[in-house]
Amino acid sequence: MSSRDWPLWEIFVRSENGLAHKHVGSLHAADAEMAVQHARDLYTRRNEGVSIWVVKSSDVVATDPAQSEAFFDPSEDKAYRHATFYHVPEGVKHL
Amino acid sequence: MNAQTEYALRFGDNALVLAQRCAAWVAHAPIMEEDVALANVALDLFGAAKLWLEYAGEIEGAGRDADALAFHRDSGAFHNVLLVEQPNGNFADTVVRGYLYDAWADLAWQALARSRDERIAAIAAKSAKETAYHLRRSEDWLLRLGDGTDVSHERAQHAVDELWRFTGELFWGDEVDAAMTAAAIGFDPASLRDPWFARVSTALGAATLTRPADGWMQRGGKQGVHSEALSYMLAEMQVLPRTYVGATW
Repeated sequence: MSSRDWPLWEIFVRSENGLAHKHVGSLHAADAEMAVQHARDLYTRRNEGVSIWVVKSSDVVATDPAQSEAFFDPSEDKAYRHATFYHVPEGVKHL
Repeated sequence: MNAQTEYALRFGDNALVLAQRCAAWVAHAPIMEEDVALANVALDLFGAAKLWLEYAGEIEGAGRDADALAFHRDSGAFHNVLLVEQPNGNFADTVVRGYLYDAWADLAWQALARSRDERIAAIAAKSAKETAYHLRRSEDWLLRLGDGTDVSHERAQHAVDELWRFTGELFWGDEVDAAMTAAAIGFDPASLRDPWFARVSTALGAATLTRPADGWMQRGGKQGVHSEALSYMLAEMQVLPRTYVGATW
């Protein structure tokens, strides 16, 4: 058995309750169960997480880099879409 | 040495020796993810060993701390069971050795959590969570290797056959066990045999592995009679603090 035979998995960790799962990296594993165990050992060993999601990398559908301009450039000059004109009340951490 | 000191040393040495064995896989595991996983297991075990050896040193009252006990004893003064000192071999050998120990340790911590000695009960409670994960991992790997390819099955079966003769010692009590059981500090090793046997038999069956017949069992580790393999392992583990006594960084 070698890493060649094992599919790649994308790992998402929720660092604390109330926050979204965040992509932290990827790893090799034979199946989902092993991927969760490896993720636990690789990405939460310093107490970083309260929940782990694993997703097969081949199941991720991504934007095409060749289409980047059409996808993302039109939002460049629309500063009014940024919520920069509001006061954020004190104590609100995860807006 | 009084019975309680030796009792604590036995659990501490089991953890220390198995930790050193697992740590030797670092940079040698079949896949990077397993490298880190084995290192994590080793670190859990080193942490447990420290708690046991610190306590043993306190009961002994001769001024030896965990480091003194770990690095300045010869193999004859180690009280671990023979199972944990067996060489790493191939990955299947390591998985099976770990599994046979984890399945026993899981039961041992349950028994020790009821110890009248609060320190021992506390160490057992902490170890229980760590061992639960180790056991889940090693049982999972046992299943994968046993019920895997022809090669992995053959290696796992070979490991079970080779290591089986070291499992009897886990359930064999001596006067130290008897004294600790009578004082409600420890447990009767024989009482763990049936639940261990049931769990291991089920797992071996699920992994399509054959449980060896109960033949002659090797023992003596708990009393300090070890295989040659432990001396080589300790030589490597202890060389730095013995060569540079008191070295710090």
